[in-house]
Amino acid sequence: MSLHTLSLAQLGAGLRAGEFSSVELTRTLLARIEAHQPQLNALISVTGPTAMQAAAVADGVLANGGGGALTGIPMDHKDIFCTDGVRTTCASRMLDNFVAPYDATVVAKLKAEGMVMLGKANMDEFAMGSSNETSYFGPVRNPWNPQLVPGGSSGGSAAVVAARLVPFATATDTGGSIRQPAALCGITGFKPTYGRVSRYGMIAFASSLDQAGTLTASAADAALVLRAMAGFDPRDSTSVDKPVPDYVAGLEQPLAGLKIGLLKEFFEKGLDPANERCVREALAVYEKLGAQLVEVSVPNLALSVPAYYVVAPAECSSNLARFDGVRFGHRAKEPKDLLDLYKRSRGEGFGPEVKRRIMTGTYVLSAGYYDAFYIKAQKVRRLIANEFDQAFAQVDVVMGPTTPTVAFALGAKTADPVTMYLNDIYTIGANLAGLPAMSLPCGFVQDLPVGLQIIGPHFAEERLLSAAHAYQRETDWHTRVPRGYE
Amino acid sequence: MKAEQIASIAHLARLSMDEAEIPRYQESLTSILSFVGDLERAQTEGVSPMAHPLPGLVQRLRPDVATESDAHERYQANAPQVAASLYLVPKVIE
Repeated sequence: MSLHTLSLAQLGAGLRAGEFSSVELTRTLLARIEAHQPQLNALISVTGPTAMQAAAVADGVLANGGGGALTGIPMDHKDIFCTDGVRTTCASRMLDNFVAPYDATVVAKLKAEGMVMLGKANMDEFAMGSSNETSYFGPVRNPWNPQLVPGGSSGGSAAVVAARLVPFATATDTGGSIRQPAALCGITGFKPTYGRVSRYGMIAFASSLDQAGTLTASAADAALVLRAMAGFDPRDSTSVDKPVPDYVAGLEQPLAGLKIGLLKEFFEKGLDPANERCVREALAVYEKLGAQLVEVSVPNLALSVPAYYVVAPAECSSNLARFDGVRFGHRAKEPKDLLDLYKRSRGEGFGPEVKRRIMTGTYVLSAGYYDAFYIKAQKVRRLIANEFDQAFAQVDVVMGPTTPTVAFALGAKTADPVTMYLNDIYTIGANLAGLPAMSLPCGFVQDLPVGLQIIGPHFAEERLLSAAHAYQRETDWHTRVPRGYE
Repeated sequence: MKAEQIASIAHLARLSMDEAEIPRYQESLTSILSFVGDLERAQTEGVSPMAHPLPGLVQRLRPDVATESDAHERYQANAPQVAASLYLVPKVIE
């Protein structure tokens, strides 16, 4: 039996039936990590010994007839989540030596379910990047082709799932950081509504945009883990106090009659025609299943990237002010005074993209520029959110491409930051408006995966997951595994 | 962006920066600011700024009771320099 290609539901059933143990499963996947990590560089830390202990504990629980749907199943956390007693770097030199003194709520919840963490996934530094090339620990390679990027910022999380090193990894999405790598690696990425999953213990980048979510092979797998991750958390001041539906039970909702909005602006210039063909074929599958396609518009969508690159850096410059070389993180040697300590600790600890964003944020928040940039961007943000609202008055979900092209070569977009930023043109709108959104595999262009994006109104997680699940019952793109990782 | 502006922003953001590094940021920040300058063309009269994506969400308060126990030793284990439970920094007052 190939344990590494089983779904989460199959793994859970096998563990509970005693067909295999968590220790066996964990050992198998740790061996896969050992074999493929040198090529992929997808993990910053591998926590083998503690994983084996957690697996043994899970086996004990299962042997006594205890445990739940996820007990004993291995997974990885993006290295942005604090993990008690485990190094948590956020892929930065700043936090190279940081051992988190507590668990993020997401980590605590999955631990309580009995999930077994195998390691911490590589990412763009402080989640700032779209290619995983800003990591202090080096770029992650795309399992479909090692010369290409896996996307970012959750590139390591996407690569470990695509390569079937784990069936699930946590991720975060501020401007597309779950959906874009999911698309480029051929897996399913889910970003819930803003506030649906706790941000407590998730190292902050842009607090009004950050949201935690999942990377899995399928929507059914995503439903299973999201059910465990979501929910109110008094420790997160923007956590939403709303009951969590049973996303797994909701998967089988009938699709017939679903009104799908095709966002006009998603299909304009910039979209590679080959990618467009895959997306249109996926839409045809939906039509065949009884959905109705309607054209809708978000006229200011083109301004979502500029609005984001004011709002996100502004929030980042504020959030990253906490890294001062005093309480935790990197500290410069022999500071001559306090100012020198701050400046050199930060100058040495942060990489170029992080510095660029801190400086952009500092600039747009500074006297004389605040109204012209920051307030203006917040107004455009409102316009875009209103336009999405209007679209959702006509349709149940919106669909389109996740990215303009398939995965690009390492180094191809690092020279000019704006070229890199534009890669998130289709994903950023959902963050500005706080909407749930996902990407699922819908075909291949030159042997590289293409993502279909689904966006819904606030708290329509169930609708998105069931729509994706209906598609994945008709197609097998989500079951494709890169060569060498079968 | 002029070199002096980059140096001044870096100072405000408390980032040390060598002379040699400045042109790199000068070029990229100029490019970013020109890109976000596109926002100018949006019609935003009468639109209120949006700081937060969820309508109706307000700052939540909790009863003023202690919920955390003292764990300073645990937290200070990550600090570069600590003495007598205090964070040490270079002398601030002469």
